[in-house]
Amino acid sequence: MDLFEYQAKKLFAEHGVPVPTGKTATTPEEARAIATELGGKVVVKAQVKAGGRGKAGGVKVADGPDDAFAKATAILGMDIKGHTVHSVLVEEASNIAEEYYASFLLDRANRTFLAMASREGGMEIEEVAATNPDALARIAIDPLTGVDAAKAREIAVAAKLPEAALAGAAELLAKLWTVFVKSDATLVEVNPLILTGDGRVIALDGKVSLDENADFRHPENAAFVDVSAVDPLEQKAKEKGLNYVKLEGEVGIIGNGAGLVMSTLDVVTYAGEEFGGKRPANFLDIGGGASAEVMANGLSIILGDPAVKSVFVNIFGGITSCDAVANGIVQALKIVGNVTTPLVVRLDGNNAEEGRRILKEANLSVVKPVDTMDGAAKLAAELAAAAA
Amino acid sequence: MAIWLDENSRVVVQGITGSEGTKHTKRMLAAGTNVVAGVNPRKVGQQVEGVPVFGTVADAIEQAGANVSVIFVPPKFTKDAAIEAIDAAIGLAVVITEGVPVHDTTEFWAYCQSKGTTRIIGPNCPGIASPGLSNAGIIPADITPGGRIGLVSKSGTLTYQMMYELREFGFSTCVGIGGDPVIGTTHIDALDAFQADPGTDAIVMIGEIGGDAEERAAAHIEAHVTKPVVGYVAGFTAPEGKTMGHAGAIVSGSSGTAQAKKEALEKAGVRVGKTPSETARLMADIMRSL
Repeated sequence: MDLFEYQAKKLFAEHGVPVPTGKTATTPEEARAIATELGGKVVVKAQVKAGGRGKAGGVKVADGPDDAFAKATAILGMDIKGHTVHSVLVEEASNIAEEYYASFLLDRANRTFLAMASREGGMEIEEVAATNPDALARIAIDPLTGVDAAKAREIAVAAKLPEAALAGAAELLAKLWTVFVKSDATLVEVNPLILTGDGRVIALDGKVSLDENADFRHPENAAFVDVSAVDPLEQKAKEKGLNYVKLEGEVGIIGNGAGLVMSTLDVVTYAGEEFGGKRPANFLDIGGGASAEVMANGLSIILGDPAVKSVFVNIFGGITSCDAVANGIVQALKIVGNVTTPLVVRLDGNNAEEGRRILKEANLSVVKPVDTMDGAAKLAAELAAAAA
Repeated sequence: MAIWLDENSRVVVQGITGSEGTKHTKRMLAAGTNVVAGVNPRKVGQQVEGVPVFGTVADAIEQAGANVSVIFVPPKFTKDAAIEAIDAAIGLAVVITEGVPVHDTTEFWAYCQSKGTTRIIGPNCPGIASPGLSNAGIIPADITPGGRIGLVSKSGTLTYQMMYELREFGFSTCVGIGGDPVIGTTHIDALDAFQADPGTDAIVMIGEIGGDAEERAAAHIEAHVTKPVVGYVAGFTAPEGKTMGHAGAIVSGSSGTAQAKKEALEKAGVRVGKTPSETARLMADIMRSL
């Protein structure tokens, strides 16, 4: 889960990482009130989970409360790379002497953690990496020992930070590491990390990605969920414990196992090319179990999407046997009731013959059994095209 | 012949008294696996499906001769269970648990490397099966008989699908390495082991979106693998920024796309199928030509 800047800075502040004083506003009036409270110059910053915010005009300096009102009026409601700005962060303006870059992240390729830091801050770090790779220090962090004061200083030195910033940066880095570990982040990034005119080192921006697998030890993370951005069907699926992702097409997909479902999306897309570009409407992995209840929950979510014109149920019976899945489908159709959308069902693997026999015997007009994955994908795409 | 798991494997189940642990212990026993011990410090001396429960992995090794551990404990206890297995210096630890925080995995992986005695498979994986010899994890034992194809895969059910489609040839060993961002055994480890295994003639490699493990495997194949390899990558149509079921399956920016992985594999001489069934046909052609 990616956090907004203001959420990231809240985490930073909780762990002692210095950040500018500020508050969020969702209206220009609120922005004016915050600017009045802060006094002096302020910065009004669009809160969106997208890069290139400054270039898009989403960050403006205001010289007082009325100007903050005007700047917030301009920024709220803006569209930045497809993200609508619903709130702004109003912060005291900082006296920037120099801009640097610092981050800790999960290094998937090397299966460890990585620190990255640079004297060149403020621009996209990918750009620094591409144009001036020597300016970007990359230091592997041993997950067992982490970042202590000495390691933090080593990172700051490797980034070629000037003497005036070294002590402050090292102190900030050690605290930033605490944020990374304590909040189970996969990324904490500060860009820019600044040296102020009076010699302080502070985090002027913040980007944090959290590992949702660790939510069980972070009940506080529930507050970070951006309810306005969550698809209602995805939300409903999550409540039912289902792994569902809404996509743009017409063929509803239910399968067991993440890899098989991903593969099903591909096979349906290929098959759909013959039928005017029919595509999958969703990703839905119902896991190993595939009981009647799980099948019913999955079906009702998929059929709740008005774009869905046909459904492809793609099950490989591994641990679950296909007769149980077939019974699940028959029961699920009863539970959901009045299903008119055609259901193409492909059962393979453990006890597939019996599963197919059960479906045949149930004699349900909406259920269309097909023996192969490719054949079933083709029929599902064809039926979606016919219904359109 | 097989890799990492064979008729001499003696399995200890960590979390044997939990519902998943008990269920799969029963299934592993039915598949002919030599399950010799379970671990639960609070239930020492009890039996589960006739298997004795010990207090620690070390006791299971010492008293029951265990040399492979299968871990079924819940995510919040997985790191401790893995570290216990590593401390006991067991040869192979298979971490089935799904939903382990990546900080925990990164930690126990670093610890595992510092000790250098344990191979870890997973987490979030279906395990490893050498059909006809032994089965450690949750891979169904009756899909395919033994044979001479080696299989390594990030995905569970896609693994089963491929085993099913190629059951007339059979498999030496099938390894499900898991779909998490950080995993113990990689495609490359399995490719090397299959290359060295006299019982394996050809290799199927199944990948999915996210990370660059497939690209790295491709470079490795080009330099080190002479046996024929057929590949499949799931997720060609997955949109950027959406996690597809596995914590590691996400396309971020230009990296991690299925297309990039397919191109890297093809450049290394790997035949890549567009669908699982086409992939199986490519492998069937190879097996018939050998």
